[in-house]
Amino acid sequence: MAAVTSGAATQSSSAPRGHMGSRWRGWLFMGPFALVFVVVFVVPVLYAVWISLFQHRMVGGTVFVGLANYRRLLADGQFWSSVRRVVVFTVVQVPIMLCLSALMALALDSLRLHGMRFFRISTFLPYAVPAVVSALVWGFMYGAKYGLVGSLNAWLGTHVDVLQPSVLLAAIGNINTWEFTGYNMLIFYSSLSTVPRSLYEAAAIDGAGEWQVVRRVKLPELRGSLAITVIFSIIGSFQLFNEPSVMQNMVPGNAITTYYTPNMYAYNLSFSGNQSNYAAALAIVMAALTMLVAYAVQLRSMREQMR
Amino acid sequence: MRFEKMTKVIALTGAVAMAFGLAGCGGSGSGSSASGKGGKTEILVWSWDSTLPRTVKGFEAKNPDIKVKVTNVGTNKKEYTALNNALSANKGAPDLAQVEYYALPEYATQDKLQDLSDMGASGYKSFYTPGTWNSVNLNGGVYALPMDSGPMALFYNKEVFDKAGVTEVPTTWDEYYEAAKKIKAVGSYITSDSGDAGFFDSMTWQAGAKPFATSKDGKTVTINLTGDSKVKKWDDYWQKMINEDLINTKIPGWSDDWNKGLNDGSIASLLMGAWMPYNLLSGAPDASGKWRVAQMPTWEKGGTENSENGGSSLAMIKTKDDSKSKAAYKFLEYACHNAEGIKTRVDGGAFPADNNTLKSNEFLSMTSLKDADGKDNAYFGGQKFNEVLSQAAKNVLPGYKFLPFEVYARGIYGDKMTAFTSKSATLDQGIAAWQKDLQNYAKQQGYTVKE
Amino acid sequence: MSVLDAGGRRVRAAERARARRVAADERAERRRAASSGFSNPSNPRRSVWLTLACGVFALYCLFPFAYLLVNATKTQADFTSTFGLGPGRSFALWDNIREVFSYQDGIFARWLANTLMYVVVGAGGATLLAVMGGYALAKFRFPGRKAVFAVVLGAISVPGIALAVPQFLLFAKLGLTNTPWAMIVPSLISPFGLYLMWIFSDQAVPGELLEAARVDGASEWRTFRTISLPLLAPGIVTCALFTIVATWNNYFLPLIMLKDADWYPLTIGLNQWKDQASTAGGQAIQNLVITGSLITIIPLVIAFLLLQKYWQSGLAAGAVKE
Repeated sequence: MAAVTSGAATQSSSAPRGHMGSRWRGWLFMGPFALVFVVVFVVPVLYAVWISLFQHRMVGGTVFVGLANYRRLLADGQFWSSVRRVVVFTVVQVPIMLCLSALMALALDSLRLHGMRFFRISTFLPYAVPAVVSALVWGFMYGAKYGLVGSLNAWLGTHVDVLQPSVLLAAIGNINTWEFTGYNMLIFYSSLSTVPRSLYEAAAIDGAGEWQVVRRVKLPELRGSLAITVIFSIIGSFQLFNEPSVMQNMVPGNAITTYYTPNMYAYNLSFSGNQSNYAAALAIVMAALTMLVAYAVQLRSMREQMR
Repeated sequence: MRFEKMTKVIALTGAVAMAFGLAGCGGSGSGSSASGKGGKTEILVWSWDSTLPRTVKGFEAKNPDIKVKVTNVGTNKKEYTALNNALSANKGAPDLAQVEYYALPEYATQDKLQDLSDMGASGYKSFYTPGTWNSVNLNGGVYALPMDSGPMALFYNKEVFDKAGVTEVPTTWDEYYEAAKKIKAVGSYITSDSGDAGFFDSMTWQAGAKPFATSKDGKTVTINLTGDSKVKKWDDYWQKMINEDLINTKIPGWSDDWNKGLNDGSIASLLMGAWMPYNLLSGAPDASGKWRVAQMPTWEKGGTENSENGGSSLAMIKTKDDSKSKAAYKFLEYACHNAEGIKTRVDGGAFPADNNTLKSNEFLSMTSLKDADGKDNAYFGGQKFNEVLSQAAKNVLPGYKFLPFEVYARGIYGDKMTAFTSKSATLDQGIAAWQKDLQNYAKQQGYTVKE
Repeated sequence: MSVLDAGGRRVRAAERARARRVAADERAERRRAASSGFSNPSNPRRSVWLTLACGVFALYCLFPFAYLLVNATKTQADFTSTFGLGPGRSFALWDNIREVFSYQDGIFARWLANTLMYVVVGAGGATLLAVMGGYALAKFRFPGRKAVFAVVLGAISVPGIALAVPQFLLFAKLGLTNTPWAMIVPSLISPFGLYLMWIFSDQAVPGELLEAARVDGASEWRTFRTISLPLLAPGIVTCALFTIVATWNNYFLPLIMLKDADWYPLTIGLNQWKDQASTAGGQAIQNLVITGSLITIIPLVIAFLLLQKYWQSGLAAGAVKE
């Protein structure tokens, strides 16, 4: 790793710098991305900030309300309950998923598996399934009466119900884990494959056992990719939406409320409640929270990245 | 070599992209633009109903200068979402939209819908059933024409009822309670409810409740659920059923489990709108021949009172384009008022909202449904089910009003019922929470709220 | 011109030869490691227990596919009345497939074609933009460089759902809603792709090579096209794979933007079919939903398998690391 890093540093220093006029050359390549990005993301975000300062009323039309939407949000119990839910979800599901991914990646990288190719492809395949379809399929299987769980219950004489409110979040977490473990595994695996084999050879000569190699060589190697997977996973689970909303009418007793996750709350506010201004305020606050968490968790490694 | 291949691939990708992109460009943009090819007026209709598209052919044959495009935008909720979006963007809204009766006031009070009374619809009062006409007639204007209706009826699985020894169909709620106990004893539930706002509305409506009202100027709403004794009557009754575990609260309506339950008899009856038969046929095909239809149980022996459950109208979105609105009205008229148009839809499974069809012999004497392959299916065991449903339509109590933000109200009803369906709170408590939220919402939306 | 060409070619050839040598060494070493275990510090032999443990996980990953496959062979009636993992009373897979493609005048084929178009144009474009952007971030020091990734990360932290309304209003103003562009333009942005290509470019394109080309007087664009692009090829395939999956599976965006069934992608079309079962007046066609879902994921699975060699080497070449 040390060798690779120093190599990258030399490259960076050799990148053109200082020529007048050539300073902007990078934008030749960055420009197209930046342009589309501004249209698709930046302008809508600014627009969301703008409309979050207004309120549309069925009686009285649209009025400027300043920060009233934000004040209301801070006191909104439904909003905070949804935030609590995704925080719990993130704290539990993300580590489990990333651990599984890392273990699988280490297993693959150890070259000790029969049928490597099969494992690589089969664990990555769930990523190819659209969230809508996977939520649908798991929803069918979860059914306590007629689903697969129901069949197992009948067979074993148990009364397991994975869709009851107390374990529902775990059931959804399982779907997410299923969908994204392979994806993260691949990222880990690829960064492990960059370790030159000679390094292992050297370690073997030093008499290091397999676990020491894992600890001293492989785990540090995973640190880099961990930063990006953690950030993307946090953003992903803070924005939990597809799975609970597809499962909403499969789950009994309205256990998935309209404010189950912040994203669902925003969706329902703006689309069935005529409160898109309030939803915009919610979006801005959630974005701030997400960034705060993502940066707090990975600030250091991002700084290194920005070298 | 690899590199050359790559550039080739990229170049090819670009070429394909452009070809597709250009094709995409040419094909798009029709949508709801003023007039299509060859001087034809093109109108766009949004609907999730499966029978409306069938009327297009007959209509276009008679009106060669008009082209109708019916788009299915998903479920009712999704259509309202899309409609709200399009209306707020002032772009992309259809010319006509299917709108359920409960959502109609919302669009009418926001001045989004064309008043059809000056276009010739003001004289249609006697054509439609009182219930549906009342629903489209808001503050003196006619804001849509009824497409179908959903008078409530009791759909029941006769085989399960017989097995449980319920030989007489329950005609009062007391009898229904007794029947529920017998059915529970043979391992089925008489029905299921996991917190459905439409069902709650219909049941309290039948009990005679009038919890909602809107003032003439549209600025004051009354939301009084907890103080309405008729609401309380229903709440208490249903609470008793739940407490004694006579209702299945575990199966959400319209889920696959629900269909399976209807299919295998573990859900033995439904209190549902008259549009249900075709849904039973497609959702629970194995139970064909076992189901029957009866009038709703009532609160007093010999009572007839009934309510509506669901049902849709076809509304015209306001537009400045005169030629479009004229063309749109022609289609509206054909689909909802013309005998041929109505027949096409009724044959496709719609439950009519007009008196002529409800009285017609052909309709009343139907004993079978047409399945997807066009074959006759005696789903109700040869019963003349439309006779029952037609009578049910006549018994609908007049005067029930929906909120001017009923879509929102129904959207959050389930949230308030979470505790109720898991039996950690009473229905009363859930309703009180719902009322509180609705009142807050109304205030935020600028209404004056009365209890 | 010709001097440049020759120079470029020489540099390229040298670089290619170097890469080939390194790859060959790696491969040989790995083979040796796998067969003899000489260079592997621990027990080199394959472990049955480890394989079994991973097998459990693989089973977990594949199980829902089995469910999907089994249920795609059932009629609607069998789906609602027979055991989830058992066979139906009749084998209806072929009928289901036929019906999927003929239902509603064969609109499914149209959705499939739409999805392919969105993938080709959207994911293709997204890959191109990400490649260029990532290359710029890695190989140029330009004003605002440090801000770019921070802004990108910041923007994707905003819940996409809540951006949908502003995005929709904006696109409506531009007259793009209900056209394929509403689906394509937002698909052009892939933050992960940008990150991937950034890191990949950093390592795969040696600075000396670029310097040499610049000394030769090549324009930046030309250098990019003739020298960098080939070196980036494995990364490009990997990046394309991710953007293809993202576009293929996109659900929320088209849900908001498109209201014309003729422009639906598969995800929206399938969900609409699913919704039919839960709508009064709709026809339950879960058998078609399941079969359609299966058909939807098959092309992606095939793409994964066919491209396996490329994306694995792309990632393995050091795509994601610090």
